[in-house]
Amino acid sequence: MKARVYVMLKNGVLDPQGAAVQHALGALGFDGVSGVRQGKVIELDLAGTDADAAKAQVTEMCEKLLANTVIENYSIEIV
Amino acid sequence: MRAGVVVFPGSNCDRDMAVALKNAGFDVSMIWHKNTDLPSGLDVIAIPGGFSFGDYLRVGAIAARSPICQSVIRFADEGGYVFGVCNGFQVLTETGLLPGALLRNAGLKYVCRHESLTVRSTNSAYTGGYSAGQQITVPIAHHDGNYNLPQDDVARLFDEDRVAFTYDNNPNGSVADIAGVLSENRRVLGMMPHPERLAEEAHGGTDGKPFFANLFDQFVSA
Repeated sequence: MKARVYVMLKNGVLDPQGAAVQHALGALGFDGVSGVRQGKVIELDLAGTDADAAKAQVTEMCEKLLANTVIENYSIEIV
Repeated sequence: MRAGVVVFPGSNCDRDMAVALKNAGFDVSMIWHKNTDLPSGLDVIAIPGGFSFGDYLRVGAIAARSPICQSVIRFADEGGYVFGVCNGFQVLTETGLLPGALLRNAGLKYVCRHESLTVRSTNSAYTGGYSAGQQITVPIAHHDGNYNLPQDDVARLFDEDRVAFTYDNNPNGSVADIAGVLSENRRVLGMMPHPERLAEEAHGGTDGKPFFANLFDQFVSA
């Protein structure tokens, strides 16, 4: 089983990298991009087969390490 | 008086830190990150600058979960003195011993230069050797020094006199120009600028020296 964790800066936390990407898209002629936020995706290979248990375990991983909940939100997808 | 300097893979200011502490009078032990126990009788622990664990995942994140950091957290929880400089500041925010988080510099560039700071709080073992409002010059060298904290918490930090230093010319986008902060009990400090890099004549300046001298005096007079 795979789990995919999406980690994004919270709304309101300035994302200078996203802003730089937005600026670069504008420079390439892509109009109408009103915002860019850059985050990360973390893929985990898990041994178990119980999706609910996996989600609970990955949630704990997010709280303890994968995300810094002071500045980041996370979401989990069991694949 | 005994000081410990924690060494992670990727720490690169650990020996500079040890020299500054030794020059102030401390006996210094280097503490490898895989140790679970601290040397006995420590008065203060320093978390040095560098790029612990390659800054993977988030700056300071992996270091903050290392075995030794669990002992550092316990030491601080029991009222011990702990300070972190640069990557050490990032590690301390990741442990939760200090509020907030350090993000990529607003200008997206690594910034390495001397920076003018204003001493905001002299009410700590680290900053008691300066006068309030004093301007000092301390080197910075970082890519992720953009201090981030919700506005309410920023106001609280100022109200509680827990902002140790501010930048005079904000180099990284930090909220309210904050360069260094204190914990609620004032015994844990984190700062991005490097006082150990300007602590003896040969460095070209000594504005960092009172930081270490006052820290040492704190324990002598205690």
